[in-house]
Amino acid sequence: MENFRQINLLVNKQPYTLAIKPYVSLLDALRDYLDLTGTKKGCDHGQCGACTVLVNGNRVLSCITLAVMKDGAEITTIEGIDHPLQNTFIEHDAFQCGYCTPGQICSAIGMLREGKAHSRAEVAELMSGNLCRCGASMQIIDAIMEVKSGGSNE
Amino acid sequence: MNDFNYHKAATIDEAVNVVNENPRAAYLAGGTNIIDLWKYNIISPELLMDVNQLGEGIIETSDGIRLSAFITNSATAWHPLIEERYPLLSKAILAGASAQIRNMATNGGNLLQRTRCYYFYDPNVPCNKREPGSGCSAKEGYNRIHAILGASEQCIAVFPSDMCVALAALGAVLNVSGSAGNRSISFNDFHRLPGDTPQLDNNLLHDEIITSIDLPSKGFATNYSYLKLRDRHSYAFALVSVATGLDLEDNIIKEARIALGGVAHKPWRVIAAEEYLVGKAPTAENFAIAAEIILQGAISFKYNAFKIELSKRAIVRNCLMALDPSSQLPGSQPSA
Repeated sequence: MENFRQINLLVNKQPYTLAIKPYVSLLDALRDYLDLTGTKKGCDHGQCGACTVLVNGNRVLSCITLAVMKDGAEITTIEGIDHPLQNTFIEHDAFQCGYCTPGQICSAIGMLREGKAHSRAEVAELMSGNLCRCGASMQIIDAIMEVKSGGSNE
Repeated sequence: MNDFNYHKAATIDEAVNVVNENPRAAYLAGGTNIIDLWKYNIISPELLMDVNQLGEGIIETSDGIRLSAFITNSATAWHPLIEERYPLLSKAILAGASAQIRNMATNGGNLLQRTRCYYFYDPNVPCNKREPGSGCSAKEGYNRIHAILGASEQCIAVFPSDMCVALAALGAVLNVSGSAGNRSISFNDFHRLPGDTPQLDNNLLHDEIITSIDLPSKGFATNYSYLKLRDRHSYAFALVSVATGLDLEDNIIKEARIALGGVAHKPWRVIAAEEYLVGKAPTAENFAIAAEIILQGAISFKYNAFKIELSKRAIVRNCLMALDPSSQLPGSQPSA
């Protein structure tokens, strides 16, 4: 097959080998090739953050990442996450429709790992790449702050 | 959107050779802008040459710091050497985009990002930058975000980077490689004014690639500030931004650097204004005179006249903030 590339991805600790064209985004590779539809396609232009996943632990936008660029990388999507944030999001009513939630949680985990958000204002600033159209942003920050003060800062 | 080829470069020489041979090849780093431009059908590359793996980090040189062009904006902004010696650069980077985009975007790519003029992104309307000779839709259109300085009949787009405003103020030097060899370009000579060729954002040749950015030893780490004014507090491009670095002695300005973002086709720096401040006290009155010098020749369009006064006030405010850098808030939001 012309111009198909074979790549290896370790997604949620599971190895996958894919034959894809270079133009396939990491988001489409996850959703359409691996059937991991937890990661959401919002704007598909890097503006909303719904497609946020962790690549080698770093939060990135999968919609403007080519899957071929991440050959050999370790990817974590919402399906592979078991984190206290998932409970605090529920406790704080940190979503309504839920469409942005997988990206919010992946982004928040990436932010906690970066270790640069020390105050509520810094959390708000460093989470600004994830939009919530339902208007739950304040509760999202509440949910993150509870995890931070709860001592889980992984 | 077109199909394209992809190649991961093993060396800079290999990347340059392949791109040199194909006029429709382009370098691919973080991808945050180029992949989006491809999705919008603004560009249709035949080959993307991935250069992400060529990064060499941040190293100390005999007279400053050398930043690899291929490391991310985040890695740069949070690097201890940058936070300590070039906090103006760190603040400016962190005022731009979002945390995810800064984790992807590289230093070289930041310099090469295209304008955010809405007409440039809309293939259904004329745009001299996208399609030379077709016309400028912004001049008579909704031009609230557009240029007040250095614009031309052909183009009134602005360059959107925050990082580059700090690099302009710091007097960075770019090292580039191409098929004709290596060369260095001072920051002010890198980006262009639109003139009659608005399709050219900068002076790089097709096959040339930025490999590193040299920061001079003087980082203005004691008195600096980056102020970004925009329509929301975070994750928006600047309407006006200001980078200030001051060198003070006994409350007298020994050296001043002031660069503006969001107002022109390139970061805007006026040496005469900086020279005016030398030997003066760091007062609002003196900064206001410097601001008048910087905004000399400013021309507005139907919707962006506010930017001229906003720029002047932002300059004064930011220079005063530089006297107390701790007054800057996360994301370089304006101080209360």
